[in-house]
Amino acid sequence: MSEIADKVKKIVVEHLGVEESKVTPEASFIDDLGADSLDTVELVMAFEEAFNVEIPEDAAEKIATVKDAIDYIEKQKAA
Amino acid sequence: MRHSAKDRRRVVVTGMGIVGPLGLGVENVWSRLIAGESGIAQISAFDPAGLPCHVAGEVPEGPAAEGKLTLSEWISTKDQRKMDRFICMGMIAATEAVQDSGWVPSTEEERCATGVMIGSGIGGLQTIYETSLQVAEGRANRVSPFFIPSALINLVSGHVSIKYGFKGPNHAVVTACASGVHAIGDAAKIIALGEADVMVAGGTEAAVCKLGIAGFCATKALSTSFNDTPQKASRPWDKDRDGFVMGEGAGVVVLEEYEHAKARGAKIYAEVIGYGMSGDAYHITAPAEGHDGAFRAMTAALKSADITASDINYVNAHGTSTMADDLELEAVERLFGDSARSLAMSSTKSATGHLLGAAGAIEAIFSMLAIRDNVAPPTLNLDNPSRESVIDRVAHTAQQRKIDVALSNSFGFGGTNASLIVRRV
Repeated sequence: MSEIADKVKKIVVEHLGVEESKVTPEASFIDDLGADSLDTVELVMAFEEAFNVEIPEDAAEKIATVKDAIDYIEKQKAA
Repeated sequence: MRHSAKDRRRVVVTGMGIVGPLGLGVENVWSRLIAGESGIAQISAFDPAGLPCHVAGEVPEGPAAEGKLTLSEWISTKDQRKMDRFICMGMIAATEAVQDSGWVPSTEEERCATGVMIGSGIGGLQTIYETSLQVAEGRANRVSPFFIPSALINLVSGHVSIKYGFKGPNHAVVTACASGVHAIGDAAKIIALGEADVMVAGGTEAAVCKLGIAGFCATKALSTSFNDTPQKASRPWDKDRDGFVMGEGAGVVVLEEYEHAKARGAKIYAEVIGYGMSGDAYHITAPAEGHDGAFRAMTAALKSADITASDINYVNAHGTSTMADDLELEAVERLFGDSARSLAMSSTKSATGHLLGAAGAIEAIFSMLAIRDNVAPPTLNLDNPSRESVIDRVAHTAQQRKIDVALSNSFGFGGTNASLIVRRV
């Protein structure tokens, strides 16, 4: 697993208070990890802080799973 | 619309919860109070250097089994980010009270007949402070989506309703240091008028933070002469008193319509028989001459209870350890007349400090326990009263006395006054 993926997972565990084993790439923040809409706003802000990236609202809306987040951040970091 | 005692439904208390400077859990707090222990110490939440007041009543930290508070035993770290400390305190006291009452609505109708009314004087002050710093640092776009719901006073009632599925009236009271009594009195009215059968009601506060202490220091309301002897700082009616000591915590009760409580075999602590309110229309922080507002609130409470002052055995005074103590005493003497000679009146703020919006709630609970156990809790540090009185102010040690009816006073900045009367069932 990439460094980015590791860090994303850690942030999700910390912010949503879920077990690490549940944070699989396919896991949906809302459907599988118990997040509500405000949790996802906070989560996106935490990603922005941790990775020093800007995630505009329309992009944030498309981030539904752990993998979505990792892919988006990896793409930004590669650019 | 005025309802006399005869044509409204009876309201009793079937559950109680406290977290405060004397610890966690009603029985633990009550036994420490009766033993004459104090919950006041030097401030640990922040470094008070540079401020004139260094003492407060903070909730002792430790395991629940020892009657102390470990926040994570009650609220997940995930949820703590969504709740200022005052909400956490309110949730903990509400959880204890609901469990104590044994009330679990099982139908939609029962859920809709169960409401919540938990007030606070100030709300999420520390959260507002921390978030303001973030904004001042140019990080306004990094404000948490939980900032607003963490700071709003009615979110205590909101969280309690969500946790238990209570879908009845959901309300919150904000009347500074009278919030707790107003919440219980107003919630009792909601039941008396038939708008709900059960109400979870009380007050919560967590303003022992740098901004809170600095703010009350600026009003010259806090004690500043006992920084090295914190347990001596809260001394209602004593000639050496020099201001109140701020406390934190929450008190919550479960109010229930009498027949509803009886039908399910609930334990009943006491009945709420009277509630009176008044406004001073005088000054933003000082009480009016002779504490006329207090006098009128107590008079209104007696009228709503349909009793006379001589029926009351114990008064839990507002008694904050400020100059206003003697004005309240004067008002009580005026109201009670000759029957003042057989009255016991104490200020439990001498042991807990002043819990602001939670004060009226924990003191209503103390008044009901005074009835249950026939014990008047003591006024600590009352060494030399600044004003003599025929009223027994229960100096230093608790007294075993026959107590069937008790009155609890709370007054707040803005000139708001409330009195609650409870009676043995």
